[in-house]
Formats: sequence, structure tokens, C-alpha cells
Amino acid sequence: MSDSFATTTAASAQPDDQAGHGAPGHDAHGHDAHGHDAHGHDPHVAHHFESGGQQFDAAKLGMWAFLASEILMFSGLFCAYAVYRYNHPEVFKYAHHYLDSTLGGINTVVLITSSLTMAWGVRCAQLGQKRGLIWCLALTLLGGFGFMGIKGVEYRKKIKTDKWVGAANKYHPQHAVDDAAAATSAADTAANPATTATATEIAVENLEPSLIPTAAAGPSGLSSAGRSSPGEGHADDHGHAQDHGHGTAFSDLPQAEQERVHLFFQVYYMMTGLHGIHVLVGMGLIFWVLVRALRGAFSPAYFTPVDLVGLYWHLVDLIWIFLFPLLYLIH
Amino acid sequence: MTTIPATTRDVPQAQASSNYLTAQRGVLSWLITLDHKRIGVMYMVAVLASFALGGAFAILLRTELISPGPTLIGDASRAWDFYNHMFTLHGAVMVFMFIIPAIPAILGNFVLPIMLGAKDVAFPRLNLLSFYIYALGGLFFAWILIAGVLETAFGIDVPGGGGLDTGWTFYTPYSTTTGSGVVPAVMGAFILGFSSILTGVNFIASMHMLRPPGMSWFRMPLLLWALYGTSVIQVLATPVLAITLLLLFAERTLSIGIFDPGLGGDPILFQHFFWFYSHPAVYIMILPAMGVISEIISVFSRKHIFGYRFIAYSSIAIALLGFLVWGHHMFTSGQSAMANAVFSLLTFSVSIPSAIKVFNWISTMYKGDIHLNTPMLYALGFIVLFSIGGLTGLFLGALATDIHLHDTYFIVAHFHYVMMGSTLFAFLGGMYYWWPKMFGRMYNEVFARWAALVTFVGFNLTFFIQFVAGSQGMPRRYASYPDQFTVHHQVSTVGAFILGIGLVMVLINWIQSLRNGKPAPGNPWGGNTLEWHCTSPPPHENFARQPQVGDPYDYGDWQYDEKTGGYVKLMG
Repeated sequence: MSDSFATTTAASAQPDDQAGHGAPGHDAHGHDAHGHDAHGHDPHVAHHFESGGQQFDAAKLGMWAFLASEILMFSGLFCAYAVYRYNHPEVFKYAHHYLDSTLGGINTVVLITSSLTMAWGVRCAQLGQKRGLIWCLALTLLGGFGFMGIKGVEYRKKIKTDKWVGAANKYHPQHAVDDAAAATSAADTAANPATTATATEIAVENLEPSLIPTAAAGPSGLSSAGRSSPGEGHADDHGHAQDHGHGTAFSDLPQAEQERVHLFFQVYYMMTGLHGIHVLVGMGLIFWVLVRALRGAFSPAYFTPVDLVGLYWHLVDLIWIFLFPLLYLIH
Repeated sequence: MTTIPATTRDVPQAQASSNYLTAQRGVLSWLITLDHKRIGVMYMVAVLASFALGGAFAILLRTELISPGPTLIGDASRAWDFYNHMFTLHGAVMVFMFIIPAIPAILGNFVLPIMLGAKDVAFPRLNLLSFYIYALGGLFFAWILIAGVLETAFGIDVPGGGGLDTGWTFYTPYSTTTGSGVVPAVMGAFILGFSSILTGVNFIASMHMLRPPGMSWFRMPLLLWALYGTSVIQVLATPVLAITLLLLFAERTLSIGIFDPGLGGDPILFQHFFWFYSHPAVYIMILPAMGVISEIISVFSRKHIFGYRFIAYSSIAIALLGFLVWGHHMFTSGQSAMANAVFSLLTFSVSIPSAIKVFNWISTMYKGDIHLNTPMLYALGFIVLFSIGGLTGLFLGALATDIHLHDTYFIVAHFHYVMMGSTLFAFLGGMYYWWPKMFGRMYNEVFARWAALVTFVGFNLTFFIQFVAGSQGMPRRYASYPDQFTVHHQVSTVGAFILGIGLVMVLINWIQSLRNGKPAPGNPWGGNTLEWHCTSPPPHENFARQPQVGDPYDYGDWQYDEKTGGYVKLMG
């Protein structure tokens, strides 16, 4: 988002310049450094603001409103987590053992430290300490890289042991291994991925026949898979041999148990994945602020972008502080 | 003067002083403008195009329903399939691309900063970005439409699927299994949501930070209070839709099963998530409409608005209560009886602030000097239609009757009375009201009144009978029906055609006005909100000098001037 915004701002500064107003540099994301010199007043105050202070307050309020929006977006995932955990407590209890809480803990420390350097950087910007600001931003960016790096290591480990979504993420009705269930499972598999094959298959005439078994499979699946105790499941012969042979504890488990662990991991990947995207966006923003800081764009009179990016980074940090115990520290 | 950016070059140099339409020239000056007024006009073009598209789908689906059997296409199964796509696209386009952005993005963008006495919204670039995000989201819907045509007409297999047949609600599990274009549609709605969020952020910051000296909260015109409530909903509810659609997207592309019972998920959770946004979204649609009506009723009654604070507070109350009633969409989805009772109670409580508004509007008109100009006709239409829509909402909010009426044409009629009857009428009234301000041209008043009458008659003919059909058991979203409902559907379809004619008349009138309307005076209606203090159309930065802020509903200082055909401010 930040990238597209930068493009828009660069393009959209032109008409304002033609009309003879200062190019506004008033919002969280966009402020291009060219074209200010020609104007008589403070180049950082857009034409529709009375003062730099008013503009700063507006930008900050806008950012807080946006952060509120972000929190509501994540709240949907937390809600989904709560529902999942309530429905499948034993899966969550079991599956979190496959998360490395040491790496997660290190990541938490890394992210909190980067929040500290970010806050320190904002302070430096307020005081006009350019060197300090640059160092703090660089360290914060480094923290972001560190976090994503460790996260990458964690993801890699899980993908290697088949704890991934996608093809592995299928439901197998292990308690009803009769022909009907096998047929259902096949229909389920065929209908679920959004492939072109499905599109043509279902296209016009075959709509009803191919969908009805799928719909019928759903609720019964919930009751059998969701309510059984871990010991009940037995290895079925659906032919998912790829799970065997890694020699890890995970693949020694009965097939049914392995399938159910995916229930946890799909929540895990959605939550950490969306958070990871936010970290990446935040890193992009910090990089942009860092470049501008190197060019000397900030002063005690104008440091709005540093402040706003800082707020965003703290939010990203805060969300992780909730994610870490919810995912890694289940007891 | 013209709406369409592409033709601005042809505008003659008739206007003596420069205004926002003539300040800069060329297509590019529109595409990269930061002026809230121009962005409002660009939204107008885009949103009206979406409306025309959604309306075309409506006409097609109503035509299909004119007979119980297949009508437009001979082959029954293809006809049903076509119908499913039509009602889905009609709903999705109308909701996400027309009703939600209509009043905030067009009229709000245009008048909010002027009413406030500001030069622009707080973040003009963000404003332009919102517009382009909207346009991008629209492209996704255009894509599924084109893909749908390619698939059905030419038999070309389009990746991701063409058309959309889930209903605008995208209910799982059907939306995760159908072969139609759910993935692009979901991406489109997700992107459109961000446009809405950013507009909300912009408006909130503008109203907090850009009020000039003298413009206290309680001197703000009521439209601004309504837009404030709307913005709060946009900022806090839309992200929940975003995450819902993201999860649906992940379910289709990554086999993540948050809503799939086969993967341990829960399809009811989708409904909770969806309505947590989509019920407040109903108030995104209706609150700005109520704000527009508050302006129009007062001005055309030549009387101070009655109960200003009550109307202002009721907007905020509706915005907040709107977050607590989503469960009334799910009375038959297997919620606990306790949840049903609580949601039903909260639903009834929304009727209190809504009724406060209606009573205040009527009290404003009481003993007023009522001028039946076109905006006022639409406002009166709004009050009638909103009352019908709102009161039938109580039938649906009551648990016992809802069981009977759930998923019938009764609810179709109800929400069309609220969304279309109310919001569309307020939008049209608002467009007529601010049209002279936006383009500096008057429209043909007589023709506009006829169009208003035709729209009103067509609307009621289309939808009132659906209450009857619904209460007799006609289920919604069915392409075919028992013969006993034939008359109902035929009346409804004829009404839809009349309604379509009325709307085309409106459009013709607007285009005619742009081509050769009389030049508009600065204040044709005698309003006292700040946009009537500047010239028509407004200059580039809205005001030559900072206007004096007074009571927005005090009309004592304005007197009608025969010569200009507008109101002029008395001196002294």
C-alpha cells in the first residue's frame, strides 16, 4: 500500500504546484521532497491548514483512526481463533508443541526492542538529532529483518514436516471409512480448491449433483472429527504416504491425528501471515522514512512521518504480543 | 460546465471568474486533482456508472421473473443459472459500488469541507487515493462480468471463474465450492472496503481538525453529524468485512478452513463476521441519507430545523447501536434463544433514534412555508418510504414473525424500501439540491418533478406488492415460482420498468442541465449552510475569504431576489 501511495503522491503533487499552492505534506504516507522551495510559506504546511501544529494533529488523529481500523481487522482473526480453540481444545493443546517457543520468544524480544528503538528515534526526531534518528531507524529496520528472518526459519521447519496448508489441508472422515464417506471425501477434494477444473466441472448443468454431497459432508464431519478424543483415530488407508518417513514425532502419529493438527496450523498461518504482511509494510515505511531522514527532511518543526510510522510499528508489535502467548504458550 | 472530465476542454469561457471546474484544464488535471470537489465529481461519474450497471441487472432479473417458467433464455437450467448471476451481481454492485459510496463519496466529498468552512478535506491525497482504490475494486467486478460473458456466451474457460452466483452475501459453504468468480469478487469487495475506510478516516480527521473559528460541533450542519456517524462505522466495521473476505479468499485458494466444517471450521462464523460488517453497513447507507434529508426539509420549509441536538445525537446513537444488532440476520441460523432475544431487543431499540428523526422532520415542516421543489419532493418521498421500510423492519426484528418472513420477498421489499426507497431518494434529492452548486447550472424544474413522480410511483409499484408476496410465502432468490404468484411478479416487473424510466428521466434532465441549463445563482434555495455562501460553482479553494459561521438553519438574513432567481443576503 505504501508503495502505491508514494506513486500517487508523486504524481498528484503536480497540479497543486501548477496552481501555485504548496504541495501538501500532511499525511501519514506521502510527502515528496521536490517543489517546495518556490513557495513563500512553510513548505511542510499544506494550503488548507492554518499551522503546522494543526496539520500534525490532523495527521495523528487520522493515523489513530486507521490503527483502530487495523485492530478491528485483527479482531476478526482473534475471534476465529477463539471459536476454533473452543471447538477443538485438544488439537490446540497438542499442536502448539510443534511451535518453537524459544524462537518465538526471541522474536518477541526482537520486536519489542525494535519498538524501543523506534520510540527512541521519534524522540531523536523531536530533538533534531539527525544521527540518532538515522541510527534508531536503521536498528528498527534491522529488528524487522531479524523478526522476519526468524519467522522464515520457523515457517520452513513446519513446511518441511508437512505442517502446511493447501494440499495437505484436507479433511478425512476417519470414523466412517465406508464407501459413502470415501466418495464424499473425493467430492470434497474435487470441489474445494478453486481450480479451473472445478470451474468447468461445476459450470452449468452439473451444479446440483456435484454440490449436494459436499454440503452434506460438512456437518457430519464436524461432529465426528471435532468431538472425538485423540486416541480414537486410527490410521486410514487414504494413501497419504508423503507424511511418513521423516522420522519426526509428528509423522509417527496416526494419520488422523496429523490431519487434525492442521486445524491449528491453518489458524496459525492466517494470524502470523497477516501479521507478517504488516511487518513487511512497516519495514517498507521505515525504509522510506530512513531514506528521507538521510536526506535531512526532518526537523523538530516537522517529523510527522516518523511519528506516524512509529505508531504503526508499535501496533504491529502490540499485535505480536497478543499472538505469541495465544499461539505458542498454550497450557 | 460538464460532469465528464473528458469533455472539460470544450467548456466555453463563459464564466467571468474562475471556479473549481475552470481553474485547471485538461483530462490530466482531473485525474491527478487533489481538489475535494473534483474528486467528488469523479466519484459521481464512477458511482453513477455502477448504478446504471446494477440497474441493468435489476431490469434483467425482473424480466426473467415476469413468468414462472424460463423467460429470457429458453433452456430452463441455463435460465436459472443466468438468474442467479443477475441477482447476485445486482446486489453486489449496488451495495458495494453504489449505495455505500453514493452519498458520502459524492455529496460528502463535495460539500463536507465547504459546509465546514475549510479549503479541503484533511488529507487530499488520501482522498484521491480512495477514489483510485474504488476504481480498482470496480475493475474486479468488471472482470467477473466480462469473464462471465466469455464463459457463457463463448464457452471460454476463464481462470478464477466468471460471473457470480453466491448472492451478495457470499455465504459459505456455497461460496467456497461454486465455480463462479468468487475469488475476484471477494478481492474487489476487499479493495472497495479500503476505499471506504480511508474516506472515513479522512472525514473524521477533517471534522475534528478543520473546523474554523466559530464552527463548534453544535453549529455543524446535521449532514456533517450524519457523516461523522457514518465515518465511525466505516472505520470500525469495514475491516471486519475485510478479514472475513480475506479468510474466504484463503479458504478457496489455500484450503484454509475457518468456515469449512470439513476442516474444523464453522460456517455460522462466516455469517457472524459478515453481518458484523454488513449490518452497520446498512447504517453507512441510511445515515448520510438522513443527513441530506435534514438539510432539505429545513431549507424548503423555510424554518429552523426542529430538535437540532436530538437529530445530531440520534445519528451517533444509530451508529453505535448499529454495531450491536447483527444477530437479527441470523434468527434462523441456530443461534441460542437467549442471543435471539437480546438481538431482537437491541434491534427494536434502533427504532427509537430513527423515529426521533422522523418526528423532528415532521415537526420542522409543521407551520413551515413549504416549497415543493424537486429536492423537497424527494425528501417527502423519503419520509414515506423510510417509514414503511422502518416499520416493516419491526416485523422482521420480532422473533416469531421473522421465522415466517425470513428469506421471503417480505424482506426483499423491506430492505429495498430502506436502501433504495430511502437512500436512493435522499441521494437524488441531494443531487438536485446541490446540483446548481456543483455545476453552476439549474435543471428543468417541471421535468424534474415529473421524474420524481414517476420514480415514486414506479418504486412503490415494484416493491409494495412484494410485501404481500412475501407474507404469502414467496421465497427470495428463486428464479421460478408457483402460478399463484404470477400476478405479484408481473406487477412488480412493470413497476421496475416504470422506475427505470423515471431514473432515465432524471439522468436526461441532468445531462440537459449541463448542456444548456440556466446559470445558477449562488444560493438558489435560500439555504444558510456555508456552501450557499460561496459562488456557484465554488472557487478553487471554496471561499474567497473566510465565511462567517452562524446558525446553519437561520434563514432570516436571506431574501429572494427576482432578478437572479436566487436568494441574497440582507446587509446589516
